[in-house]
Amino acid sequence: MKKILDVKNLSVSFHVYGGEVQAIRDVSFDVKEGEAVAIVGESGSGKSVTAQTIMRLIQTPPGKIKAGEVLLDGQDLLKLSEKEMQKVRGNKIGMIFQDPMTSLNPTMTVGKQIMEGLIQHQSLSKGAAKTRAIELLKMVGIPNPETRISQYPHQFSGGMRQRVMIAIALACNPSLLIADEPTTALDVTIQAQILQLMKDLQQETKTSIILITHDLGIVADICDRVIVMYAGQIVETGTKHDIFHNPKHPYTQGLLKSLPRLDQDKNEPLVPIFGSPPDLIKPPQGCGFCARCDEAMHICETESPETTVLSDTHALRCWLQHPEAKRPASAGAKEASV
Amino acid sequence: MSKPFIEIEGLKKHFDIGNHQILKAVDDISFSIGKGETLGLVGESGCGKSTAGRTIIRLYEPTAGSIKIDGTDVTKVSKSQFKAYRSQMQMVFQDPYASLNPRMTILDIIGEALDIHGLAKSKAERKRRVEELLEIVGLNGEHASRYPHEFSGGQRQRIGITRALAVQPQFMILDEPISALDVSIQAQIINLLIDLQKKMGLTYLFVAHDLSMVKYMSDRVAVMYLGKIVELAKSEDLYANPQHPYTKALLSAIPVPDPDFEAGKERIVLKGDLPSPVNPPSGCPFRTRCPAATERCAAEAPMLRETRPGHIAACHYA
Amino acid sequence: MNNDTNRGSIRPEQFQKIDRSNYVFERIERKRLTAWQDIRYRLVSNKLAMTGFYIMCVVLLFAIFAPMISPHDHFTNDLPNANQAPSWQHLFGTDDLGRDMFERTWKGAQISLFVGFAAALIDLIIGIIYGGIMGYYGGKVDEAMNRFAEIIYAIPHLLVTILLLVVMEPSLTTIIVAMSITGWINMAWIVRGQIMQLKNQEYALASKALGAGAMRIIFRHLIPNAMGPILVTLTLTVPSAIFTEAFLSFLGLGVQSPVASWGTMINDGVKSMTLYPWRLMFPALFLSLMMFAFNVFGDGLRDAFDPKLKK
Repeated sequence: MKKILDVKNLSVSFHVYGGEVQAIRDVSFDVKEGEAVAIVGESGSGKSVTAQTIMRLIQTPPGKIKAGEVLLDGQDLLKLSEKEMQKVRGNKIGMIFQDPMTSLNPTMTVGKQIMEGLIQHQSLSKGAAKTRAIELLKMVGIPNPETRISQYPHQFSGGMRQRVMIAIALACNPSLLIADEPTTALDVTIQAQILQLMKDLQQETKTSIILITHDLGIVADICDRVIVMYAGQIVETGTKHDIFHNPKHPYTQGLLKSLPRLDQDKNEPLVPIFGSPPDLIKPPQGCGFCARCDEAMHICETESPETTVLSDTHALRCWLQHPEAKRPASAGAKEASV
Repeated sequence: MSKPFIEIEGLKKHFDIGNHQILKAVDDISFSIGKGETLGLVGESGCGKSTAGRTIIRLYEPTAGSIKIDGTDVTKVSKSQFKAYRSQMQMVFQDPYASLNPRMTILDIIGEALDIHGLAKSKAERKRRVEELLEIVGLNGEHASRYPHEFSGGQRQRIGITRALAVQPQFMILDEPISALDVSIQAQIINLLIDLQKKMGLTYLFVAHDLSMVKYMSDRVAVMYLGKIVELAKSEDLYANPQHPYTKALLSAIPVPDPDFEAGKERIVLKGDLPSPVNPPSGCPFRTRCPAATERCAAEAPMLRETRPGHIAACHYA
Repeated sequence: MNNDTNRGSIRPEQFQKIDRSNYVFERIERKRLTAWQDIRYRLVSNKLAMTGFYIMCVVLLFAIFAPMISPHDHFTNDLPNANQAPSWQHLFGTDDLGRDMFERTWKGAQISLFVGFAAALIDLIIGIIYGGIMGYYGGKVDEAMNRFAEIIYAIPHLLVTILLLVVMEPSLTTIIVAMSITGWINMAWIVRGQIMQLKNQEYALASKALGAGAMRIIFRHLIPNAMGPILVTLTLTVPSAIFTEAFLSFLGLGVQSPVASWGTMINDGVKSMTLYPWRLMFPALFLSLMMFAFNVFGDGLRDAFDPKLKK
C-alpha cells in the first residue's frame, strides 16, 4: 500500500527557563493509504507535539524543530514556507481538536466556517460551497442542515460541534485526517456517537486517520495500527492485535495491566506502573522508561535501545529483546538479583 | 449491611439561574452508605453527580432533604457544631492542578487542615505531622517545603488526599479523583485509596464517569440522569443485569481495551443530546433518548422500585 | 531478528537486572522555581520594563539623598541670585526667589512620590477589603456594596476634591484624602472580579470543606492568587495619583509654598516659561519621565504575570 505520510527521525524541543525540554526525540513512523493509526501515550509523551509538528502548528520560539522530515506524498512539509503550508492545512490534511467549545469561531456562522476552506482551497463559488456545506453537515449526521448552516456555534451542543469540526476537517477531501483527542471532552454516550461516525466516514471516504488518544479502549475500537509513545519516543508499534494481545514492551504491558477490566474481580488488585514519567528537561540517558520498569537492567540506564523488529508490523525499542538478555545465564542472574 | 453510616433522604439542590428559571441540579435523591462501604455515583456531565457530592459536604446549601452522618442530621445542627462534623467528612477533588493553592507550600496546604481544627500544638508538631501524613500516601516528607507546581499530577493528587486525611475523617467524597490523571497513574491512586480504606475503615462516595473504574472500586453503584437516581444496585449485579435502558446504553458505550471484544460488541448508540436540566422532559427524564420509550413514559414519571432482589431501577418496563 | 549494528562493546554483565530494593521513587528533577521566580525571570527579560524600573530607582534615590548632600536648601530666599540659568553652582538654575532648583526638584519629587505611594496604598487597603468581601459573598451583599461604590464613582472626581479643599485646609493630607475618596473604587472592582473568578477554584472549595472561614479563604487563598492584577493596578495608580496632585497644584489647590511639589513648580515655571525655560523644564521632565517609567513597568509586570496576553 502507498505511504501517505512518512515521518523520519523527527526531534522537537521547547526552550523554557531552566533549559530545553526535548518533547520528541527521533520519532519515525508512516501512515498508509486508508489506514487508521493511533498514537497513544500519556500527557507529556509527545503525542500531541508530533501531531502539531506535522501540521506545523508549533510556536517557534519557544519550540524548535531540531531534525527530521515530514513527507506528505513525498513532499517535505518542514521545508515549506508558511504560505505554502496554509495550502496544505485544511486541504490535504484536516485536523480535529480536543475541545469543540474553543475550536470553532463563536462570531461566525457554522456554514461560513465550513465554506471558508472550500472557497479558499477548492475555489468553489459561494453557491457551490453552500451546497457542499449542507451535504457535509448531512454526512456528519446533523439534522436539518439547511437551517443549522446559518446558526452560530453556541446554538450547538458539544457533540454537535465536534460533528461540525469533522465536517470542516473533511470538507476538502483531505488525504489525511489528524484527530487530537477528539472525544476526550465529550460524555461517554456522545463519545460513542462520534466514534461510530468516524468509523462510518472512514469506510466511506477511505481517508487515512491519525488518532491521538490516551484511551486504549478507543484505540481497540477504531484503529488498525497502534504507535505507543513514552517520554518523547516511540516505544512500540504494531497492529492492534500485536499491541493488545502480544505486547512486548514493559510499558505497554504495564499500561494494559493498570486498567481494570469490566470482568475484573474486586479482590484482584490493579497493577500500577510506579513512579511518574521523566521530566524531559533532563531526559534519561538510556531508555526513557527505565526508572519505572520492573525488568530494568543496568544497560537500560546508560544506553538507549535500538529498534527491534519482531514482524512486518510489530517493532519495539527495548533491551529485553537483545539476545544477551534472553540468554539463560543472564536470566539466572536476573533471578539472583531479585 | 448493618446500620447505615451515611443516610441521604430526599436531597435536592436547585439553583436560581435568573429569569425565573430554576436549575434542578439534584432533584430528590436518597441513598445510604454503610460503614466502610464504597458507593459509586456515575453519570454524564450535567447529571448532578458532582453537585450531589458538594451538597452532601455542604459546599452548597441543600434546597431540601436531610444528610445524616452516624444518625445525626447535619443540615439541622448549628454552625459551630457543624465544624466538628467537617472533620468527619472530607473531599478529594477532581483536578489536582486546581485543587492546590499555587502560592502555598505543601506544608501550609496540609498544615491548614491542622490549623483550622487545632490539631497541632506547635510549629514543630505541625511539621512532623505533615511529614508523617505525606509518608502515608507514599510521598517523601522532605518535599513539604516545595510548591504544588513542582509535582506531577499523580503526586499532586496524593497531596490532595493527604490534606483530606489530615483531619482524620471517617467519610470521604471522591469527586472524580482520577479522571484528570494519566492512565499509568490512575491505578496508583485507586490502589492508594483502597489501601487507606482498608487501614482506616473509611467510607467512600466515589463520584465518577469512568464505569470500569467505578465497578472495580465500589460495592454498590448508583446511576444518575438529569438530577435523579435511575438505578442502584450491587456493582456486579448492575453490570451483569442492567435494568434501566440508560444504564444499558452507558455500559455498552464504554470502549474496552480489547479489539476482539470491541469487534464482537453490539453497541447501543443513543440518539441526540442530554436535555437541559432547566427544562427536563415530562414523565421519565430519559424518554427523549430511550429506544424503548412509549406514551406512558411521557405521561407518568417512573418511581424507583425493586426489580430484582437488592436492585432498584426507575423504569416502567424494567 | 535483531538489527543492532555497532554494539560490539556491550558486555553481558550489563544485562543484569537492577536491584530496586533501595530505590528512591518520586524524585523531583527540575530545579526549584517558585511562581515568583518565574515572574521575575519574565520581568527581567523585558528590557523596556526594566528601563522603567531603573528610572524609578534612580529618581527615588535622588529624591531621598540629593537634598541631604546638596549645599543649598529649598526654602531660603536668595533674591540677588534669582532666576539664574543652570550652572555648576546651581545645576538646575534658581527660581524667582533665588532658591536652588536642583534642591527643589528633588524635594518636589519627595512630595509627589509620597502622594503617589500614599494614595496607592490607601486604595490598595480599602480596595482589597471592600472588593474581597463583595466578590466572595456575591449575591445581595455584592449588589448593595456595588451600588454604593457606583454612587460614589458617579460623583465627579474633581468636584469632590475641590469641595473638600474648600472645607479643609489645602495640604498634603487633604489632597491624599480627596484622591482616596474615589480612588479605591477601581481597585475594589479589580479585586472583586478576581475573587469572583477564583472563589470556585477547587483549592478554595477544599479549604471551605476543611471548615475555613470566609476571612481565611479570602486572605490566605484568594488574594495571594489575585496579586498579579492587583500589583499591576497599583503600579498604574501611583503615576495617576502623582499626576492628579500635579494637576491640583497647577490649579493652585495643592501644597502651599514654601513646600514644593512637581505640580506647584510647573505652575510657577509656566508663568515665566519664555524667559526662564529651565524653571519649567526640569520638574516637567522628571514628571514625564516618572509617568513613563511607571507605565512601562506596569505593562511589563502585567505581561510577566500573564504571558498569554503578550503577542
